[in-house]
Formats: sequence, C-alpha cells, structure tokens
Amino acid sequence: MSEQKLQSQTVQTTGHAWDGDLQEYNNPLPVWWVYTFYATVIFAIVYWTIYPSWPFGKGWLGGVADITYVNSDGETKTHSWNTRALLMEKLNAASVEQKPYFDKVASMSYEQIAKDPEMSGFIQSAGKALFSDNCAPCHQAGGQGKIGFFPNLTDDDWLYGGTYAKIHETLMEGRRGYMPTFGEVLAADQIDSLANYVASLSGIPHDAGKASAGNVLFHSETAACFYCHGGDAKGRKDIGAPNLTDNIWLWADVPGSDAAEGKIAAIRNVIAQGLNKGVMPVWAGRLSSEQIKVLTVYVHDLGGGQ
Amino acid sequence: MQSGLEDQLALYQKRIPIFTRSVKGRFRRFKTAVLALAYAIYFLLPWLPWARPDAPSQAVLFDLPGRRFLIFGLTVYPQDVIWLALLLFIAAILLFFVTGLVGRAFCGYFCFQTLWTDFFIWIEHRVQGERPARVRLYRQPWDREKILKVAGTHVLWLLASFWTAITFAAYFSPVPQLVIDFFTGQAAAAAYITVTVLTLSTYAAAGLMREQICTYVCPYGRFQSVMYEAETLAVHYDAKRGEGTQGRAVVRAGRGIALERRKGGARGGDAPERRHIQLSNAERARAERQAQGYGDCVDCGLCVQVCPVGIDIRDGLQYKCISCGLCIDACNTIMDSFGFPRGLIRYDSEKNLASQTPLAPKLHWKRLKIIGYGVALILMTGYLGYSIATRSSFDRAVSQVRQPLYVVLSNGDIRNRYQVRITNKSGTATRYRITVRGVPVQALDLGNFEEIGIKPGHSGLVQASVRLSPNEAARIRQFELTITPVGRPGEARSERVRFDSPGHTS
Repeated sequence: MSEQKLQSQTVQTTGHAWDGDLQEYNNPLPVWWVYTFYATVIFAIVYWTIYPSWPFGKGWLGGVADITYVNSDGETKTHSWNTRALLMEKLNAASVEQKPYFDKVASMSYEQIAKDPEMSGFIQSAGKALFSDNCAPCHQAGGQGKIGFFPNLTDDDWLYGGTYAKIHETLMEGRRGYMPTFGEVLAADQIDSLANYVASLSGIPHDAGKASAGNVLFHSETAACFYCHGGDAKGRKDIGAPNLTDNIWLWADVPGSDAAEGKIAAIRNVIAQGLNKGVMPVWAGRLSSEQIKVLTVYVHDLGGGQ
Repeated sequence: MQSGLEDQLALYQKRIPIFTRSVKGRFRRFKTAVLALAYAIYFLLPWLPWARPDAPSQAVLFDLPGRRFLIFGLTVYPQDVIWLALLLFIAAILLFFVTGLVGRAFCGYFCFQTLWTDFFIWIEHRVQGERPARVRLYRQPWDREKILKVAGTHVLWLLASFWTAITFAAYFSPVPQLVIDFFTGQAAAAAYITVTVLTLSTYAAAGLMREQICTYVCPYGRFQSVMYEAETLAVHYDAKRGEGTQGRAVVRAGRGIALERRKGGARGGDAPERRHIQLSNAERARAERQAQGYGDCVDCGLCVQVCPVGIDIRDGLQYKCISCGLCIDACNTIMDSFGFPRGLIRYDSEKNLASQTPLAPKLHWKRLKIIGYGVALILMTGYLGYSIATRSSFDRAVSQVRQPLYVVLSNGDIRNRYQVRITNKSGTATRYRITVRGVPVQALDLGNFEEIGIKPGHSGLVQASVRLSPNEAARIRQFELTITPVGRPGEARSERVRFDSPGHTS
C-alpha cells in the first residue's frame, strides 16, 4: 500500500492546505490520556484547596485542612496541615497512650515492677527504646559496652554497685572514673612486675618471680595500688575501683589477645598511662524521673543486677 | 509510518449487548441451586450468632483490629498464615483437578462473577421481560416506558450491589452494629470506603461489564486451555450429528417436522400408545432428513440466544465459553420438541467426538495428571485438617539475645540470654512454665518469672538466661527450652536453641 493511499484512508489532517498541497497530519492524543490529564487538573485544584500549596506574600496558602495538637508545654496549637504538626499530633497521642504505664511506674516500687508480667513487658519495650536513644551510643545496642571505653552492662560485675538504688544513683548523678598515670612514677620493670601480679590474680599465665615482686609493690606505699583496689585487690564500689581478681576486663583489653604476653602488655599499658575517661554523664534533668526509673529496671535486667 | 494502524484500531471493540433468553433444564436447575446455596451462605453467615466469652458473638468474623479471625469455634491468629497459604494451594489444585476432568466447571457454576451476573440478568428479566422484549426496549427511543424500566433495573442492581458490599464489610465488623452505624454515620471510614468501592465494582462487573470480565479481565479464563486434555469433558456441539453431509437445516415439512407432535402440544402426560406413535413419527421424520443429508441441528439459534457470553457453541470449543451448560438445556428442549434424541450439544471429550464410533460420554479420571492432582489434594487437605486438629493452644517464639551473643561472668562462667515470647491462643487465662533439657536445671535463670500468667489473646515476654561453666560451655552447643501450660502437660512444646561461648560462635 502506497504512502499516499494510506494517508488518504486512515490519517486525518488539520483540513488546511498550504501552497496548494502542503497539509498537516492531525494525530490527536488518545481520549483516555486527555481525560486522565483533565482529572489530574481537577485533583490539583482540590489538593491546593485542602493542603498547603502556593507561596503567598510572606507566607503561603495553608489550605482548609488543619491539625490540632498539644505541644510539650501543654498548649493546644492549631496549624494548617503539615507533616511536622502531624508528627506532633502522633507523638502527643502516643504519650497519652503511654501515660498510664508511666504513672504506674512512678507509683510502684522496683521490686513490684520487676514481678509484674505486664509492667515487665512494658519495661522491655519502653526501656529498649529509651536505651537505644540515650545509652546505646556508648554502651552499644545490647548494653555489651566496649573494652577500653565503656563498661559492659550485661555481665554480673558492677563498678559502682548493681542494686536498683545504685543504678538509679549512677543514672541521676553520673560517674567519673579515674586512675593516676604510673608511667612517670614507677620504673618500667616495676610496672611489669605489677602487671604480672594483676595477671596472676585472674589466673592468666605469668612470671611467678615478677608477680611476687608486684605483690609487694601493690601493697607498698610506693605504688599504693591498694588504696583504691583494696588489700585483697577486689576493688571498692564506693569509688568505682574495679575488682582485679575476676575475669572481667573493662580498660585493659586482656580478652583481645590470645598469648599471655599480649594480655600482660595490655595490663601494663593501663598501669603506665592511667585513666581519665570513665565518664558517665548526668541524666537527671535530661530524662524524666519515670524514664530514669524505667531505664534503671531495664539496665538491672540486662545483667541480672545485684 | 502509519502501517499497522488498522490492526491497532481493531484492538478495541465496543461491547455488543447480549440479551440472554431464559431457559429451563437440568443445568439451569443446577445453576439456580448453586446460586441459592452460595447466596444463602454469603448473605446470612455474618448474621449467624456464636456465643464466645471473650469476643463478639458472630460465627464468622475477621477481627482485624484484634488481629484474629474468628471462624465458629476456631480462632486463627496471624501466626497461622500457613493455613491460609495451604487453603489457597488446595483451592488452586482443586481448580486444576476439576478443570482437567470437566472443563471450566468453576467458571460456569461457581465463580462469583457468573453468580452475580446470573442474578443481575434475572433482575433485568423480571423488570424488562424476556429477550424479545428487552431487544425491543433497547432499540426503541428513550420514552417514558424505557426510562422507567431501565432506571428501575439499574436502581435494583445498585441496591443488590450495595447489600453485597455491606455484607462483605460485615465479615470484618460485627453486625447488626455495623449496619446501624453505617446508616447513622458512625461507622469507620474504612467501612464507607470498602462499601463504596465494592458497590461500584459489583455494579460495574455484574451489571455493565459481565462477560467482558471473563474475556478481557480474568486470567483464569485465559490459562484454562493448558488444563484441558483430549479426554476432558467439555460442552461440545456434536458437529458430525448436527451437520450431516449437507449441513444444518431449518425444519420444514418433509425435512423432519413431526406434524402430529406440533399439534399435540403439551408433552409428558401422554398415554403410552400416543407417545409410541409420536416417537415413530419423529423417527420417520428424522430418517427423512438424514436421507437428504441434513444433520440434526435445526438451526433454531436458541443455543446462541441463551449464551451469557454471546458465542455460538457450534463453532467449536472457544476461549470465551465459560461452560455453563445453558446451551445444552436449550438444545435438549428443542430436540425434545421434535422428538429427536437429546445430546446434540452435550458434555463430551474431544477424543470421543473425533473417534469413528463415539461412545456414551463418561468421566476419564484414570490419567496421570488427574491422579496427581487428586493425590496432591488429598495430601494437602489431610495435612491442613491434621494441622488444625492438633493446633497448639499457645504460640512461642524463642530468640537468642545477639548483642552480645555471650557474656563472660566474673568467675569465668558463660551466660547466654534468650527472649521467650508466649502468645496465649486459648480462650482462658493460662500460666506457663519454662524448663530446660540438655543443660543442668540450675543453669536456667528466669528472674522473677518461674511461671508466667497470660490473658487469652495476649502475649508475655520472659527473659531466660542460662549460665554454664567454661567446661560445660565448651561441650554444650545447643539445648532445648520447653514451654508447658500449667495443668496441660500434653501440650508442652520444645524449641532447640544455640548456646554460644568464646571461640564457639558461628
């Protein structure tokens, strides 16, 4: 079929001829497309009426839809529709829903909360959210901490005590752990002896001769380790001095090396350099007292508490 | 550039209205019975009461906000989604099985599109009259009669659609409260949206689109052809018998008319002798036709007039045919009235029709495909029944705490922690006890919850920690946690969990 014939049969033209025979095809858009386009125009007008749309003067056209919410100061606010107000409304609704539980937390003792299955479930979910928001950046998502930086909350050793009261105190008032730098006070061989002694306390392979020299040094006024760590080296919870006789290591990365030499070197480093980074911030004032109570029970549960 | 335009234009065809003639017969009776049964179940089931202590008293209620499905005495939770999956599999295999045996029986008798279309055609018939009256009405100008009748039909369709929609919503929200709320403007937005969408889609599908849903929209209508085999029974026109050597022919005197029969009028109540005479008349008439080479088809066109999808079955098996059997009824009526044998259009297999000496049609089930589908059906149905009958009264999920995987304690012991979530699926408050197997009893620490009490439909969370000495930890890599409902030791369920220790994590 020739082009000419096909054209005359099937394709419309605009009906106008230029220069005698010059014509223009008329291929209109499909009807469904045109009507869909009209529908989107109508949709847009409806949308502009309901929701914020056009800039107008120094502000904008807010639309007829609005959102009413109660802000954190207890004031009722009405805004034209926007996603922030929507979020505020939802947060508000969520806190209203949580309120009975937090009220219950405030009115119950720690022991009562821990024994109530329903409250226990609430602590697990609300506590996890609070912990993830506030505590996890240091103590890690599961509270496992990080050797050399932040204490592990899931073991059974508590630097400052693991009772509800002590955990609460830690959260409210913060903590500051400190160990002097011995590198400038003691000779390298003295530090090595002390490290061997500390290793011996936890059953890590060590040099017995150095360890006994370290033992003497530990309890002497020269190094004066016993002031803080105690004569039995079991630490003092009132000042957060760790127990050196157990298998738990916070500052010296002892579990990090397999060889005894590496373990002792890790202990040596801590003795030589001391510590001034065991800082737990104060949470009173940043979290509500109910939130701190929830966190107290949650953290207590993590490691089984004391 | 413009080549192929003609083909493109042919892609869309304006719907040719179909005015079906009503017909009486076996298949019509069967279809009506199925319709009545299906409607009775669909429309009345939500109104059936069922006493429950802790849930709405409705026999079948899909309680979405409560995340449970109440089906008579059975409560199904989202965790049981495997049952739904199985049910869908069973439905699919049943479809294949039935289609392999007797063609698109689902399409013709059970599909909701067919049922609702049938009902809507019945309404149309009631309001506008039989086929000739409807054709006349369609062709006449928009006068008072036409406006009243057409508007009346559409109003009734919309009412039927609306009640269909509100009944659907009633499966998700307790009646009669839903109906009251709906009309007083108190029902949930979801109810209004559902009812509106379903009303319009039912009206459009059963009232306006009808057979176009089957031909253009429904995928099943298209993939059914792969399930047909030569032995499959389907609605067929017996072309050999109907066409003869000279084709079909309208009946005229001397070409097969049984004059006495026509005058005789009513059939059925005739005396035996008279029937004998009639039959022999008919046989004689038929022999005359055959002598002239004409087939038995009298080309009355009734089979086309009754067809809800508007096809001519005499053109052979075609994809539009939903196998509703109405043309069989129509043809049998005509054959009876001429005294010809029934079954010019009948359920038969292609293989039988093509053979030299066709036998009486019968079900050919001894085929690998059919037996395979059958076995799969029995196995899956059996497993579903078994699974429901032996369902646990509670659901449990044990997950090991993975942050950290293990904790080294101050005396060197290793501790792993587990979260045990128990969901009480029974109708009564129950206490659950958690025990261990494979580790020493004293290794398990459940904190304050040696036993946990859980309300029906609720779940409880227990933190279990297991503490092993380094020697034990090196040896034990996994153990079992057992959850036992107190007082029902037979329902205890165990869960294998891992125990991780330094150097033994994977």
